[in-house]
Amino acid sequence: MLAARVIPCLDIKDGRVVKGVRFQELRDAGDPVENAAAYEEQGADEIILLDVSATPEGRGNAVETVRAVRSVLSIPLTVGGGVRRESDAGRLLDAGADKVGVNTAAVSRPDLVAEIASRFGSQCTVLAVDAAARVGGPPVIGTERGHIRTSGSQLRSRWEVVVQSGSQRTGLDVVEWCRKATALGAGEILLTSWDRDGTRDGYDVDLIAAVAGSVTVPVIASGGAARSEHLVTALRAGASAALVASILHDGDTTVADLKLGLSRAGITVRR
Amino acid sequence: MVVPTGTANTASVIAAFRRLDADPVLAVNPKAVEEADRVVLPGVGAFGPAINRIDQLGMREALTTRIESDRPTLAICLGMQLLCASSEENPDATGLGIVPETVTRFADDLRVPQLGWNMVEPGGSTSLEAGWAYFANSYKIPRLPESWSGATTDYGGSFVSAMERGAILACQFHPELSGAWGSNLLRRWLWKEA
Repeated sequence: MLAARVIPCLDIKDGRVVKGVRFQELRDAGDPVENAAAYEEQGADEIILLDVSATPEGRGNAVETVRAVRSVLSIPLTVGGGVRRESDAGRLLDAGADKVGVNTAAVSRPDLVAEIASRFGSQCTVLAVDAAARVGGPPVIGTERGHIRTSGSQLRSRWEVVVQSGSQRTGLDVVEWCRKATALGAGEILLTSWDRDGTRDGYDVDLIAAVAGSVTVPVIASGGAARSEHLVTALRAGASAALVASILHDGDTTVADLKLGLSRAGITVRR
Repeated sequence: MVVPTGTANTASVIAAFRRLDADPVLAVNPKAVEEADRVVLPGVGAFGPAINRIDQLGMREALTTRIESDRPTLAICLGMQLLCASSEENPDATGLGIVPETVTRFADDLRVPQLGWNMVEPGGSTSLEAGWAYFANSYKIPRLPESWSGATTDYGGSFVSAMERGAILACQFHPELSGAWGSNLLRRWLWKEA
């Protein structure tokens, strides 16, 4: 039986781990190689590196960081941030990533998902989605060639996709986007609640259930974890994996403790 | 020596062997693949493009000969599936045909790809040990071919997670990504008497 995964996420800026609240107020949280190795030692099932500076500042990918982390890591490594074309994905995979996450660039140009999936396979193509609860305004239900399409009536789900590290709302429906991207070849969804990111209020369980119930690929729950109970709820809502960051970086808990909590709740984990 | 199947996990495989103090090199010609002490056939991605790549490199014959001659060879993930005759993924593509099986897709009611850690359960006489291994696959070999020993894993039913015959070891999981358990498997394969 497939085990539920606990995945520490390292947000990387200028070669350092950072952590903020709702993607802002970034503070230093250490060296990526040391962090990644320590989390593997604690029993992490996988590591995600997100180059958070890449999109806003137009910076290239953190290829050197990937190489350094890969050299010490014997568990899977997913890397995202600033992947705009197939060749960006290729560079990260060559440096030692096992999966590549696409986010903003795929919203502008969904074919990017298909290009990466057909070249490298669905199992290494991760769609990273930042989801925010809709607020006011006329509902917007999609994008066409970079233009936003609005509708007078229907809202497909309660969440819209936000891009550019959360600074830009797109109106794109989160559930529709996840369905479309998996049809294009995305093999996994990294689903982050922008509203909960870094808040420790728990995952957005309704969001997880809505997406996991609409796609057949694995979903990684992200945003808001503070305790193993939060992970339990996310996994029971349909997530295949739970991402954790702040609480590990701040030393409030360890991957081993979180997995012990999951195990006690009757969830199968690798131990 | 690692066969460059043009797919994506080569860097992780090389990094894993370097951690074991080996010095893996990418294979450049068929002769070298046929004769190297140890050869790794990695692979993620799709069956058709990967076997095409092997044909473009002219390495089909070399791989078949070395495996039939029982020279130490480790096939990983898609590399294991390439040993089969064909795959539902690309029905027109012709595999190496070392084993007469057809690779099949996981059932529709499962989350596919299977991504994550699952339990490897050895059966019969095999060098494999039980443990958690990391999988990333949508297709699988449904049953153990005749004259091979191996291990099975459960994902909506049993499938072949590893198979072994003499000096040939094929894993559906990724030993290079399977933590200490995977490193131990690679170490045993690397230092096993040829």
